[in-house]
Amino acid sequence: MDDTLFEFLLRQGDNTLVLGHRVSEWCGHAPVLEEDIALANTALDLIGQTRMWLGYAGEVEGKGRSADDLAYLRDAWDFRNLLMLERPNGDFGHTLLRQFLFDAFQVPHLKALEDSSDPRIAEIAAKSVKEATYHLERSRETVIALGDGTGESHARMQAALDLLWPYVGEMFLSDEVDTDMAQRGIAPDPASLRQTWDKTVTQALTDATLERPEGDFTHRGGKTGEMHTEHLGHMLATMQFLQRAYPGATW
Amino acid sequence: MSSVSPSPYPETDEKADKPKRHEWPLWEVFVRGQHGMSHRHVGSLHAPDAEMAILNARDVYTRRNEGVSLWVVEARHIAASSPSDKGPLYEPSESKIYRHPTFFDIPDDVGAM
Repeated sequence: MDDTLFEFLLRQGDNTLVLGHRVSEWCGHAPVLEEDIALANTALDLIGQTRMWLGYAGEVEGKGRSADDLAYLRDAWDFRNLLMLERPNGDFGHTLLRQFLFDAFQVPHLKALEDSSDPRIAEIAAKSVKEATYHLERSRETVIALGDGTGESHARMQAALDLLWPYVGEMFLSDEVDTDMAQRGIAPDPASLRQTWDKTVTQALTDATLERPEGDFTHRGGKTGEMHTEHLGHMLATMQFLQRAYPGATW
Repeated sequence: MSSVSPSPYPETDEKADKPKRHEWPLWEVFVRGQHGMSHRHVGSLHAPDAEMAILNARDVYTRRNEGVSLWVVEARHIAASSPSDKGPLYEPSESKIYRHPTFFDIPDDVGAM
């Protein structure tokens, strides 16, 4: 088995799975009908991308595990998603700001993956990047509207930004998996995406009249699986309940 | 366990002097199903501005591959005929069957007209 490729694919699939599930929690709760539908669409896009990433991960692993097996039958310590994505949704502004901070990373990331030396990855990226580009447009517009909105919405957005900022650095950390992927031309070094991300985010925060927090401290451990927040286990308990309680249930 | 906080409604104390919550404007949505066809009215939605109205229309009305182009127009900009004018406006044409060009054979090659 190609261990580093498997690890890389889990990271991609777990990011979209965990964020997709978090966004899906808004279904039926969003502040207006239009946003409810838009958030459900986003969640479905992300879960669709998960099927492709984890499906390929299962093939690379070669033990006969499907995308469903990987999504529903692994426990928290086997997950490889970014810590930012497993955090609770908070209010609507916080959810959309997290979405924006991730989308601004994911779009250049997927664009680079379109040139991957692995044709399956290039194919998944080409399909996903159109969805991600739309997600970015939407989350960016909403962040600007709420940041540059009322006193209340501005204060909530600034608080959300201050809260999320110590989690953004994890997106750009590289380890031996990333080095191996970059050397083989499979994926870009995440650190190389920082400049594009900074440009997108700085412009949007300026338009949103939000102040970019100082400091480079970052929480880490989600992507490597070393340590997750306490929130992931609770999320998985909900997400995996059906398959755990009724193994192999279908409908 | 959902981690959603659909605030401010449940947890926020509603202050008596708080200004009334205003609805976003209503927009009418038109979708062009395929190239060469005209835009057709499909429904309406609320949005704070034209850009968001387009994005919302994309999510609400084109998620099953319904369209190649979207128009939105604020509902207040649409001038409509009055139902009470129905008689003078529409009834005079009821008796003028000769205005229907049903006496011509349209060649199949013409396609949609």
